[in-house]
Amino acid sequence: MTQLILTPNIPAADDFYAELLSTHEGLSTEESHKLNARLVLILANHIGDREALSAALRAATLKKED
Amino acid sequence: MNKPVKKIFEVPLYPYTRHDDQDAARPPRHKVVVIGAGPVGLAAAIDLAQQGVEVVVLDENDKVSFGSRAICFAKRPLEILDRLGCGQPMVDKGVIWNLGKVFFDDRKVYDFNLLPEEGHRRPAFINLQQYYFEQFLVDRVRALQAEGAPIEIRGRNKVSAIGTHPDHVTLEIDTPEGSYNIEADWLIACDGAGSPTRAMLGLDFVGRVFEDNFLIADVVMEADFPTERWFWFDPPFNRGQSALLHKQPDGVWRIDLQLGWDIDKDREKRPENVIPRLKAMLGEDVDFELEWVSIYTFQCRRMERFRHGRVLFAGDAAHQVSPFGARGANSGLQDTDNLIWKLKLVIDGKAPENLLDSYDLERVYGADENILNSSRSTDFITPKSDISRILRDAVLDLSETYEFARPLVNSGRLSVPSTYDGSPLNSADALAGPNRTRPGSPCPDAPLGDDFLLSKLGNGFTLMTIDTEAPESFAAEGVTIPRLALSVRDDPSGALAARYLGDAPSAVYLIRPDQHVAARWDSFDAPRVTAALTRALGKE
Ligand SMILES: Cc1cc2nc3c(=O)[nH]c(=O)nc-3n(C[C@H](O)[C@H](O)[C@H](O)COP(=O)(O)OP(=O)(O)OC[C@H]3O[C@@H](n4cnc5c(N)ncnc54)[C@H](O)[C@@H]3O)c2cc1C
Repeated sequence: MTQLILTPNIPAADDFYAELLSTHEGLSTEESHKLNARLVLILANHIGDREALSAALRAATLKKED
Repeated sequence: MNKPVKKIFEVPLYPYTRHDDQDAARPPRHKVVVIGAGPVGLAAAIDLAQQGVEVVVLDENDKVSFGSRAICFAKRPLEILDRLGCGQPMVDKGVIWNLGKVFFDDRKVYDFNLLPEEGHRRPAFINLQQYYFEQFLVDRVRALQAEGAPIEIRGRNKVSAIGTHPDHVTLEIDTPEGSYNIEADWLIACDGAGSPTRAMLGLDFVGRVFEDNFLIADVVMEADFPTERWFWFDPPFNRGQSALLHKQPDGVWRIDLQLGWDIDKDREKRPENVIPRLKAMLGEDVDFELEWVSIYTFQCRRMERFRHGRVLFAGDAAHQVSPFGARGANSGLQDTDNLIWKLKLVIDGKAPENLLDSYDLERVYGADENILNSSRSTDFITPKSDISRILRDAVLDLSETYEFARPLVNSGRLSVPSTYDGSPLNSADALAGPNRTRPGSPCPDAPLGDDFLLSKLGNGFTLMTIDTEAPESFAAEGVTIPRLALSVRDDPSGALAARYLGDAPSAVYLIRPDQHVAARWDSFDAPRVTAALTRALGKE
């Protein structure tokens, strides 16, 4: 499997972040939740690797791994 | 005007008649007693009787299932029914379907084709009313009786008490003419989800209730809906809920409407409330007639163990699933398919009683697989929290545009047989062959000229060889195993080779009576086959 990358990996990170915010611009909180849900699914499909996905789900909980 | 023709489920198919047992001085002993003449009890009894084991089926009723209930029957049960001698009438009467559509809100999001694999005798699915399914099983019982097979069905015989003993079971039976007692060496309880046997033995049935109600209606209509499975998530005619439309034979259509939890069931069931709902779904101008309406709450649960000494539980009595995925009757037939050959060997003294513990192990595994799948479908269809609804709707919205999301849409994962990985009856895989036929797998069918592979496997073990030598029959441990000698040349389509050889040049398969692979090698070696057979008989 490909190890889940948790070190900086996005070139021009500020640009990406601005694009993420602008995609949500003008949306209600509810619409934003829906967009995020779609985004998660699209990204998950792109990654595909089941172990990397599980590692990402664990990482997202912010629980310390032992 | 003509009197309306009676539906088959209104006609007593095994009416009560007095039996000599009721006048016996002391309780007569039977080899096997089956409680319940539902799909599972009938399949168990036919399997026993056609192998010469004496069996009595008791049912408190005298008719087939009232209303349709199960409608979708998968390939594996059809293959099992072929072995039981009644697959053909089911397929002849049934509706074969491969296409489906998924709707979300007010629009169609995508359509699909099951694209069943080529080279199988049986289709992926047929739709058939459960009452026909049971009727064809009863017909098969009658045909066996005509051949002198030791099988009987006693209608309006309600089991009211059970006593268990180390080597037999006693039963008290209520009839319209009073009660009587019999004994059985073995008892198979196929008495349905509410199993009185389970209650009488004080056994558990734990699991999860889905807090939801479904209106299930079968309607007769002349409509030009195609033979497809249509599933709606959150449609305008049933806001916030789901709906299903599926075709059955005789112009009967199955409609499932999710109703939610806080409803008045009796009220919702009344025609004056059902009909407007159906009109909203089908259109005001569609003419239809209600054949059967019922409201269900679904559960996923199972017994902790399916074997309790001389009492064996099968079908809904042992496990219950929500119907999304058509796993109830389908898996019940896999129970009896798994059980009966083992019971027959034990009765014949060819295998130790603990072979029956592998029934428990393998079918508990199968039940857990079904419960897992059907719980997941239910969770998708009826999201339990805001976030699960948001994710579910995201999948559906994406599925309209992007193919990747379609496999995530779960309106029921349709029943497929279990592979018994890790079963104690399996021997270590000794062939560099395809994964799908590793030990524990159900044998996939393959074309052989005008015939098919599965119809060449009988009720006993088979030693299948492909492009390698072996004796014409092999005897060990009191069991004689015929050889089925095949060559890749028998199947020009290449399916046999792809399914059983892969990259291997030759193969020998030891196949169990239920058509699951027990062991496989690249060539025949008597000591190895004997060792595998010993294991498959539960002697290890
Ligand atoms: C709405 C709905 C849709 C379904 N759709 C599907 C589907 O598409 N595909 C599928 O595979 N499954 C489906 N199922 C499930 C399927 O109907 C059941 O799994 C199946 O009927 C179970 O068969 P059984 O023989 O175990 O039990 P049952 O069919 O319940 O039979 C039990 C029998 O035991 C008898 N009995 C009970 N108590 C006693 C007693 N004390 N003495 C004597 N006899 C007794 C009863 O009279 C009955 O005949 C569906 C179920 C429902 C409700």
